[in-house]
Amino acid sequence: MTLWWSTLCVAAPLLASVLLFLRPKRTAGIALVAVTLVLIGALGLAVVLHDSGPQFIAIGGWGAPLGIGWRIDGLTVTMLLMAGIVGWPVTIYALDYFGGAAGGRHFWPLWMLLLTALCALFLSNDLFNWYVTLELLGLSAVALVTLSGKQAALDAAQRYLYTGLVGSLFYLLGVALIYNAYGVLDLAVLREVTEPTLAVWVALGLMAVGLLVKSALFPLHFWLPAAHGSAPAPVSAILSALVVKGAFYILLRLWFDLVPAALPGAVSVILGALGAGAIIWGSLQAIRATRLKMLVAYSTVAQLGYLALFFPLSGAGEWGNAALTGVVYFMVAHACAKGAMFLAAGNLQRAAGHDNLVSLAPTAQALPVSMFAFAIAGVSIMGLPPSGGFIAKWSLLSAAIGSGGWIWVVVMIAGGLLSAGYIFRVLSLSFSESGAEPKPELAPVAKSSEWASLLLASIALLLGLNALPVLDLLSIGLPRIG
Amino acid sequence: MTWSAALPLLILASSLVTGLVIFFLKEQSVLLRTVLNLSGAGIKLILVGVLMWGVYQGQTFEARLPLLPDIELVLHADALSLLFVSLSTVLWFVTTVYAIGYLEHSPHRSRFFGFFSLCVTATVGIALAGNLITFLIFYELLTLATYPLLMHRGTADSRRAGRIYLTYTLAGGALLLVGVVWLKSLAGPLDFTATGILAGRTDLNPDTLRWIFLLLIVGFGVKAALVPLHGWLPISMAAPAPVSALLHAVAVVKAGAFGITRVVYDVYGVEFSASLGVLMPLAIVASFTIVYGSVRALFQDKLKPRLAYSTISQVSYIILGTAIVGPVATIGGIVHLVHQGLMKITLFFCAGNLAETLGIHRVSEMNGVGRRLPKTMVAFTVAALGMIGVPPIAGFISKWYLGAGALDANLPWILVILAISSALNAAYFLPILYRAWFMPATGAWQERLEPGRFETHWMLLMPPLVTAALALLFGLFANMDGSPLAWARLIAEREYLR
Amino acid sequence: MMVADLYALVGVVLFVMGLSALILRSRDLQRILGLNIMGTGVFMLLVTSAHGDGQAADPVPHAMVLTGIVVAVSATAFALALSLARERHK
Repeated sequence: MTLWWSTLCVAAPLLASVLLFLRPKRTAGIALVAVTLVLIGALGLAVVLHDSGPQFIAIGGWGAPLGIGWRIDGLTVTMLLMAGIVGWPVTIYALDYFGGAAGGRHFWPLWMLLLTALCALFLSNDLFNWYVTLELLGLSAVALVTLSGKQAALDAAQRYLYTGLVGSLFYLLGVALIYNAYGVLDLAVLREVTEPTLAVWVALGLMAVGLLVKSALFPLHFWLPAAHGSAPAPVSAILSALVVKGAFYILLRLWFDLVPAALPGAVSVILGALGAGAIIWGSLQAIRATRLKMLVAYSTVAQLGYLALFFPLSGAGEWGNAALTGVVYFMVAHACAKGAMFLAAGNLQRAAGHDNLVSLAPTAQALPVSMFAFAIAGVSIMGLPPSGGFIAKWSLLSAAIGSGGWIWVVVMIAGGLLSAGYIFRVLSLSFSESGAEPKPELAPVAKSSEWASLLLASIALLLGLNALPVLDLLSIGLPRIG
Repeated sequence: MTWSAALPLLILASSLVTGLVIFFLKEQSVLLRTVLNLSGAGIKLILVGVLMWGVYQGQTFEARLPLLPDIELVLHADALSLLFVSLSTVLWFVTTVYAIGYLEHSPHRSRFFGFFSLCVTATVGIALAGNLITFLIFYELLTLATYPLLMHRGTADSRRAGRIYLTYTLAGGALLLVGVVWLKSLAGPLDFTATGILAGRTDLNPDTLRWIFLLLIVGFGVKAALVPLHGWLPISMAAPAPVSALLHAVAVVKAGAFGITRVVYDVYGVEFSASLGVLMPLAIVASFTIVYGSVRALFQDKLKPRLAYSTISQVSYIILGTAIVGPVATIGGIVHLVHQGLMKITLFFCAGNLAETLGIHRVSEMNGVGRRLPKTMVAFTVAALGMIGVPPIAGFISKWYLGAGALDANLPWILVILAISSALNAAYFLPILYRAWFMPATGAWQERLEPGRFETHWMLLMPPLVTAALALLFGLFANMDGSPLAWARLIAEREYLR
Repeated sequence: MMVADLYALVGVVLFVMGLSALILRSRDLQRILGLNIMGTGVFMLLVTSAHGDGQAADPVPHAMVLTGIVVAVSATAFALALSLARERHK
């Protein structure tokens, strides 16, 4: 069954991508079916894991070191579920967004290709496959950014493309060095053989730089705001919610399986410091942003910083577990909340025809459902209860306080307050003296788009009600939990 | 799920569900919204009645929902939570009636009443919270739910009020979060226990516990408006009258004071807190706040800011009662939780009526207003005299027990504080009463005299009359079973083991 | 110095050259070429590791390089198309 379920996650969107490319006018509903199938596949895997523990699959019967091996554990399935859960409302949203627009012809096959790459990335467990899926992910993401065809979007896409390619090549260089040293690519095998030699450190350093570029960790985030801010709304949602998590997922895997225990503490502290920089810098930029979507994009820069705080907190024992729980929960909660935010921002932008914050108040008041969605998502982003973001923040704070990392506590608290600074900037748009401004001409926004954003935001909220099922799933097969 | 677990959840749901439904109502569906509002408030009132009856019969009510490993969302009905939950439920009902009348023709009512219900949900959640983590969750929810109410009018003033309110409360909430996580990581689950969780824990470093105490008190002190954390409160007067009423009587300010009560009695334990030496500083801060608030109130000509500074002062009576070791002072502090709520909500209702009916916003415009709005001003007078501490109104009971408790604890200087404060209370309330009843009418409002059987809309008039009557009754019949004083005695008995 | 090490060294040099072209040059075509040179450097390094010390060469690096070339070709094509689209926009 494992093979079937996991193949479903990759094959369904791939097939849909081909179909939608060949027959663009058929129906974009195929995409919805494919996303649903991904969700079903992930749920199926969750059941399998629950019954019989982590799974390894040798594709076509060819195992490592020659063939391709998939590894399916709690983290894999959590990520697949995340992709499916975010993908669903985004697809609903895009059905209307690209309903009549020319961009839709290209959006659907590319989105499905991106989902294929993402699912394959989560399932893979060897260094080279990750390179291939990363490239596939990156190229389809860049292509999606160009969809609007506007100058700003093309410029942003080009920068995104070049940066992404450099990141991949850095990663690949690291892979080449590892292969040179050990002749192995499969992580499970490498885990047994790697030793802390200079070559391994250089290789890991190169891979880490490549992945950090792709996951936009400060100060390597420079490409992100323009790309995420100028893409069409559903694309922004996909990029911020899912694509950046792909690279970070690989980093997390490497951290557990490849980085030997003898890691100098300085490395994790440096990563944490970069995270702190991201949180402060990204938040300040978001507070100063003049356009709504740029504000949300800078918020992503800031939020990705929290992911990096995991590294200095990932020590042994109870608190290391809390940190891992926190960071994975953070990825999922952020995916839902940030996706919902971009969808809501997209609604405002479509209705008003622009997203300049200063003159968005009447639009905000005309779209209460979208603003409500933005508000709920904002609660999770700020890490306030009850929300998935709160659970994540609680776990990370526990880890920091428990292990005496007070500097990280200060960073997290400051980051939470700063995020309130930019989120309430948007929410306060809802409140202005009625009749003070003339009613603007607003373009109609489909009900389904408004509700799609609210649905995704509500999921971010519901994640805060009971974390145990997710944590139970996560604990399957991870070396550190359970 | 058993009945004993379902009831607390139902009490929460009765306002949560109504709130969520109201959000999505059309602005024009006035009748449906009113029906929903009143039935939600009514159902909650009945459910709380059932809860009290059940507890009286010796049943325990508790709902536990897992949140994280080792962390649960606990709703629990103990004596202290019953006191607060019944206060907020009764006052919510009254305020709902008032708000419906007050906002009859203003825009965005669905939004307003949606958040209004959420706000009450959060308050009730705070009341029923069975551990510190649950308390924190609802406490933050309260911040989020009150912000839109403060901002409701959307004027420059109210936007500024909203911004400042958020700055204070979110910063306070962040410190609180650190305190709670820290305490949780040291002491495990933080379920409230009548004599304190930490009482027997000799393994914990007292200095660490003092730091955590500071974090928790600062976190709660922001909402309880302890000086110097009170800056947001006078500015928040830009909100509509029913919001001010709710904020000052039950929701925000009370949540802070209630939090401090919980921390001292049910987390640290009052005797253990005393042995850590943290109660004396708290008593000093509370005393300073009491005097400071009263002095500032004296110099406010605008009515609502005068009441706001009065709140700062009066809420600290509760904290003072908490900070004095000894059951008598405990009774004084806890009973003031209810008494101050009733009296202050009355005053704000009346201030709203003055503004709404006659356009009066300043004390200096109130000359002779007693003859124009006699019923409103009677309610106002009862509440104001109660605040001063005139017997037999409820406020007298609180002050009596606080004073007696201070003597018990051998802290005579607190009597001086109480005397100064009462004198100041009189100094800022009596002139208002004098103007209203004994000075000839001079204000411009006379031109707005309209004939009519009621002095104002009945929905605006009934609420202050009801709450004033309760404040009087709870003073007169303080010794009856089921009175707030009787509850407070019951609670005080349980907080002290020795 | 072994031949393999020389190859590896050349690969690294190519990588650095490509990277500097990407950073220092401003014209799209030069930068795309830079990316390709970087890629070639990595591929050389990979091919080096196929060296079997007199035995049969390891096939895995070849497979990797082939795949890498496919990726590089598509990425280059896309980069060129994007560059063209930007030109047309101006």
